[in-house]
Amino acid sequence: MATHLVSVLNGLAMGSLLFAIALGLSLVFGMMDVLNLAHGAVYLVGAYVAVALVTDGAGVAAFVLAVLAAAVAGALLGGLLAALTRATTHHLDQALLTLGVGLVVAEVLTLAFGTDVHSISAPAPVGGGVTVLGETYPVYRLLVIGFGVVLAVAVYVLVERSPLGSVIRATVADRAMVAALGVNTGRVLVGVFAAGAALAAVGGVLAGPILGAQPGLDEKVLLLALVVVVIGGLGSVRGALLGAVVIGQVQALGTALLPEYASFLVFAAMALVLLVRPAGLLPARTGVHA
Amino acid sequence: MRAETEKEKEQEKEQEQEKDTVTVHGGTPAPPDPAPVVEAPDSAATAGADRPHRRRAAVVVAVVALLTAAPLVLSPYPVSAMTRMLAFAVLVIGVDLLTGVTGLPSLGQAAYFGVGAYTAVLVGVHITPDAMVQALAGLVMGLVAAAVTGWVAVRARGIVFLMLTLAIGESVHQVADTWSAVGGSNGLAGMPPVTLFGGPALLAAGFVYWWVLVVAALVFAAVALVVRSPYGRTLRGIRDNEARMRALGYRPALARYGVFCLAGAVAGVGGALWAQQARFFSPGDMGFEVAALALLSVVIGGAGSLWGPCLGAALVLFVRDNLSASIGGHGPLVLGAVFVAVVFLMPRGLAGLTGGRLRELAGARRRKENSS
Repeated sequence: MATHLVSVLNGLAMGSLLFAIALGLSLVFGMMDVLNLAHGAVYLVGAYVAVALVTDGAGVAAFVLAVLAAAVAGALLGGLLAALTRATTHHLDQALLTLGVGLVVAEVLTLAFGTDVHSISAPAPVGGGVTVLGETYPVYRLLVIGFGVVLAVAVYVLVERSPLGSVIRATVADRAMVAALGVNTGRVLVGVFAAGAALAAVGGVLAGPILGAQPGLDEKVLLLALVVVVIGGLGSVRGALLGAVVIGQVQALGTALLPEYASFLVFAAMALVLLVRPAGLLPARTGVHA
Repeated sequence: MRAETEKEKEQEKEQEQEKDTVTVHGGTPAPPDPAPVVEAPDSAATAGADRPHRRRAAVVVAVVALLTAAPLVLSPYPVSAMTRMLAFAVLVIGVDLLTGVTGLPSLGQAAYFGVGAYTAVLVGVHITPDAMVQALAGLVMGLVAAAVTGWVAVRARGIVFLMLTLAIGESVHQVADTWSAVGGSNGLAGMPPVTLFGGPALLAAGFVYWWVLVVAALVFAAVALVVRSPYGRTLRGIRDNEARMRALGYRPALARYGVFCLAGAVAGVGGALWAQQARFFSPGDMGFEVAALALLSVVIGGAGSLWGPCLGAALVLFVRDNLSASIGGHGPLVLGAVFVAVVFLMPRGLAGLTGGRLRELAGARRRKENSS
């Protein structure tokens, strides 16, 4: 039982990270129908920022610095991607653009850091473990779970309870109408794109001590984020949260119980959800794609 | 009421014919056609098509002759590179069938390519070295895999379809990467050289090339027939106006599922050919990069045209395998830049450089739809 508890905790930590990563993907998709295929590469930028800045035994200061640096890098990349995708109108072209940017970014990272697998240590003060129901569990992962909870609350307040949030939700629902009301939707789009990318990059730093950094990780993370978004419902914040928690658990329990089929289970979960609820578990309340 | 629907049907038919004639013209570097096809589609098709048809036939004969003669003059290395290009082109034809003809951009076809390839290797190792049996087995398994997984994807359209196929493709890739029965991340090796009609093993690169060329040409011809058939017209109708097709009594969902299975079968054949050339297959050959390159080939070549994407496939593989080595193995860097450049510089692909009228029309319609 206790070993399963560890799996559940691992799943929650993974879910927290997935929520941070998938949120931007989901909102950008909901708003402008752009599938950002560079999202995994943005995540990887964050992970390699952590490789560069967080050395073994580094303190909290270095880690915070890495988080900030990753957020800035992610926001810049997100802004660039938003500018590029807004230059064309065709959705397939937009997806191809982000795919191209993603390939270039991932390859530049490989050039800079090599093809080795890098591991990143958790900051020294929280590098140890605590006893949870008789099992030792890393403090850092508990902190990641805490981060996920804080992030979920913060995003909920921002998106559901603030004036800015109502503009964002309205843009997801009907962009043309919001523009007709005199809101500069372009700025909203770029802002959300940049913020989403920044969150993905921060997710890369935070996931560093758990997943490390290596070429090819961008694809795996992109896949998981995609599945989270599809399961949760496109353009929906609550959906991204629910999807992230579900996929985190499926991943962790699957890896613990059926290691051979862990990746298959993720797809099976997605297929099951789509079979029962084709629009996802918690679709955005006013769907753009009817 | 009934008369109205019939009238509409007729209009639809006329539009389809118009489209077909334009496609035929688009296939060759035809001189700009001043007579608008819209007014009299039938007469324009017969009167104007004669000369372009002859030129087109000449081009086809020349291309086939050149491709057939290639192994006689080239050394084995470029011949095996061309074999890979042909096998990859088969995959790309399947992607084009979905993306260009039906309007369903796919990033998941590499999965069925992989299924076909693994099938061919397993058949080669355990059952028979007969190339035809292997290719058929690849076709069947690609079809089955697409039929089993495709229903998830075909319920969506546009970018959501892209997203779902990507998720399917990556999932299958990761299953192959971890499943020990197919060698895990090491892949499957030890496939004996293929034979034909019970003859000796095809050891020379040229013989394998000819076999792959024949199969690729057959697939090309089969897909071209499908595209021209009433079913192909249904698919294009779904691409352009699905609601209308449904109103006319077609069943778009079924047609989309059918074309997904067909594209899976085509990808399976491509995978089998790829494996027969390499005699080895690993998950790296069916990853996200392969799917992305196949889609890039379609876009470079011009979605909807069949020969354009084949050319695109050759170009893309050339960049990845040859250019990449000469710049220190950083092919993805170049390919990423190519993606961005193609979108901005060549939105209609290679095929668009010759006969772009249809796509212009389609583009205008799409813009109208988007703005409404």
